[in-house]
Amino acid sequence: MSEFLQHLINMLVLGGTYALLGIGLTLIFGIMNVVNFTHGVLYTFGAYIMFIVVQQLGLNFFLALPVAVVAGWLLGAVIELTLLRPLRGSDIDTTMLVMIGAWIAMQSATLWIWGGVAKSVATPFPEAPLVLGPVSVSWLRLFVLAAAALLIVVTYLLINRTKLGCAMRATFQDQDTASLMGVNVDLIYTSTFAIGSSLAAAAGALLGPVYVIFPQMGDLAAVKAFAIVILGGLGNITGAVIGGFILALAEELGAGYISSGYRDAMGFLIIIAVLIFKPTGLFARSERVG
Amino acid sequence: MTTARAIALNVEQVAVRFGGLVALSEMNFTVGEGEIVSLIGPNGAGKTTAFNVMTGFLDPAHGRVSYRGTALNGLKPHQIADLGLIRTFQRTSVFPNDTVYDNLLIGLHRQGRVGLFEAILGLPRARASERRLRERAAELVEWVGLERRAYDPAGSLSYGEQRLVGVALALAAEPSMLLLDEPVSGMNASETHTFVELIRNIRDRGVTILLVEHDMPMVMSVSDRIVVLNYGRIIAEGPPEAIRNDPDVIEAYLGQGAARA
Amino acid sequence: MRAAITILTLAAFASVPLWLRDPYLLNALITTGIFMIAAMSLNLLLGFTGQLSLGHIAFFGIGAYVSALTSLGFDIGLPGGFRLVHEPWPPIVGFVLAILVAGLCGYFVGLLSFRVRGAYFVIVTISFAEVVRLVALNWVELTQGPLALTNIPSITIGLPGLGELTLRTKFHNYYLVLAVAAVAYLLISRLVHSHFGRAMRGLMENETLAVSVGIDVTRTLTLAAVISAAIAGAAGSLYAHYIRIIDPEVFAFINTVTMVIMVISGGKGSLAGPVVGGLIFGLLPVMLRPIMAPEAQWIAYGGVLIVILFVLPRGIVPSLAQRFAKRKRKAAVVAVTPVAFSERAKEPA
Repeated sequence: MSEFLQHLINMLVLGGTYALLGIGLTLIFGIMNVVNFTHGVLYTFGAYIMFIVVQQLGLNFFLALPVAVVAGWLLGAVIELTLLRPLRGSDIDTTMLVMIGAWIAMQSATLWIWGGVAKSVATPFPEAPLVLGPVSVSWLRLFVLAAAALLIVVTYLLINRTKLGCAMRATFQDQDTASLMGVNVDLIYTSTFAIGSSLAAAAGALLGPVYVIFPQMGDLAAVKAFAIVILGGLGNITGAVIGGFILALAEELGAGYISSGYRDAMGFLIIIAVLIFKPTGLFARSERVG
Repeated sequence: MTTARAIALNVEQVAVRFGGLVALSEMNFTVGEGEIVSLIGPNGAGKTTAFNVMTGFLDPAHGRVSYRGTALNGLKPHQIADLGLIRTFQRTSVFPNDTVYDNLLIGLHRQGRVGLFEAILGLPRARASERRLRERAAELVEWVGLERRAYDPAGSLSYGEQRLVGVALALAAEPSMLLLDEPVSGMNASETHTFVELIRNIRDRGVTILLVEHDMPMVMSVSDRIVVLNYGRIIAEGPPEAIRNDPDVIEAYLGQGAARA
Repeated sequence: MRAAITILTLAAFASVPLWLRDPYLLNALITTGIFMIAAMSLNLLLGFTGQLSLGHIAFFGIGAYVSALTSLGFDIGLPGGFRLVHEPWPPIVGFVLAILVAGLCGYFVGLLSFRVRGAYFVIVTISFAEVVRLVALNWVELTQGPLALTNIPSITIGLPGLGELTLRTKFHNYYLVLAVAAVAYLLISRLVHSHFGRAMRGLMENETLAVSVGIDVTRTLTLAAVISAAIAGAAGSLYAHYIRIIDPEVFAFINTVTMVIMVISGGKGSLAGPVVGGLIFGLLPVMLRPIMAPEAQWIAYGGVLIVILFVLPRGIVPSLAQRFAKRKRKAAVVAVTPVAFSERAKEPA
């Protein structure tokens, strides 16, 4: 029983960052209809920003997180402006392949700059975990959970309470009508991609110090993000949050009760199962009346 | 006149709902062998929905459709096509990147079935079949009068010409019954006139025709019988003269502010 | 004309080992040839049915593992205390089994995943490849996991009257790969020009219309998937018996990307596209190796993919073909975008 509780705790910590990853990807897909293969690289990028700020510049750990968010935002905006804006109106396969090209180039650049050796980031938290009865959780992981929760809430407010969010939702519903109503669709696209990217970078910055940082770390993160998005239904933000926690739970249970070698297979199995049995995602709204 | 014919298509108690919206309710009608029947009604009356049900693109909430005694419920569109019930589409009527001639070769799918190994190895039967298909495609191109455009990509043709390709494609599938979804929309008067001749010609070859159309003069001149839909219900049915004077029909069209009848 | 070009090209390829004495280059040509076969198989799906399979390496890898295990033998425990022991069989049997098993996998993946299209299809196929990779990595008893299957025997063929010939040298393997590539090319060419190919094209261009003239979506797409997977499996088998060592890294996503780049750059939907794209991207790393660090090569790889999509979105072969065949009215198998067509329509006939 205590083992199960421990898995639940781990699930909460993982799930929070997974949800961040998922929200970013689902926003980009839902609004822009782009399958963003650079999502994993932005996750890696966030982690390396953490490494640079904390280890190489020797600055404060808590300062590094907002830096990573801003850097992710900027890189996302640059990708959108240079690679996606010129391809507006092309089919989804073309943008997907361009994103694959960008991912390969950026990941190889990471490898070139920082090398393949895994890096770790020192944290200001005590080594000893917080023990709560039968379960324990490290202070770092608690911080990760809190920060992720904060970012999820901020994103939610951004989308539901601000003018930009309103325009994003309008574009998601119907791009042509939104544009007729005076929404600057180009601006919305760039903002969406930048926000999605900054969330991915944030997830990397949060999980990077928990594990180690290496150039290919984003590949699995990207797959997990895809699994989450498919679970929640493409374009569904609440679905992405729930999907994030479900994937985390499946991984914890899979690793704990089947074999740790198959931990990372859970995401793929979920993708395949969902698409076979319920292709619209678990939380997709029923189809539009037409 | 209709009672004398054998029933080709039988639509019984068909109902379709989208969410809470009733698109078709309790729809009953039949089309006799060799008949030309038109399905008319104001926009949103459920005409295309009815077509989609008959051709397997949409499952009805209840009711059944049968063609020459075979129930169509649960059959996929290509299986229904195999029964000889072929439709055309309002918008997407061609394979845009292929030439008109290749479009027809694709349309001749049902005539060209050979074994995979015969096709890959180029065995005599496969070659003979290819030769037959090419001849037939050339005939069909000629028949709709598009010889000059035969090697142009179908997507580059004018709207009216694309509709003709659409009909030729449907004919390539050797229908025993043809469902035409607004075939003359977007055609000019002379194109429409040619098209009416074409429809009569098709019927004279023994093909049953069900037509959805907005062009009332065309419907009146070509149909044996007309079925009028409004808000998903059949409000009138009968020969053109009767429909022309039916108060419910006039009301339905005037109510829509489009008294084209 | 077309046949003459094909025969001349084939003759040119066949002459290479007679004058090329550099074993390093010959090796590069052999592996390039193997990937070219895989790219051709991918092109059958991507170019002729419009389905972007990003898990194509799975069929290649399955072919490689099936062929290697058939010729090496294995001894694994099954649930219930049984053991499955397989004595080594000749590699040529492995080659045939690789084709069959990969084709069978193609059947199931096709059956399941064609229910979803577009972005979903892409993600399902990636997931499939990753699950297979994880199984290869973790089922150590069968696959040796990361320790790799080693000492895979070379393919041996029996020649009537000449006894057995073991294809161990690069010289032999070059011709083996060339022969398989030629057969695969011919097979795909016959297929896409047949009744089946027209059904695929119809589905790609306008699915609703295609089904309404009686084309069976599931059957057509599954058939394409089976043949495509089987050819990829054959390529994988060639790879296993040529390299003679395989590990789960054969399933790496980057290998699928390499195939996709070959197809896209050469021209999807063009028979010669994967051949041209394969030659360029198979040999480019060899050319770049002396002047660039491996990481920089990969950066270039990604960059080139992006540039091709921006500059030659239809690929090299269709772009050239259109230029040369302007007077000819009918551009046979060249897939042309509607944009290109509207340009063409404006030209005086």
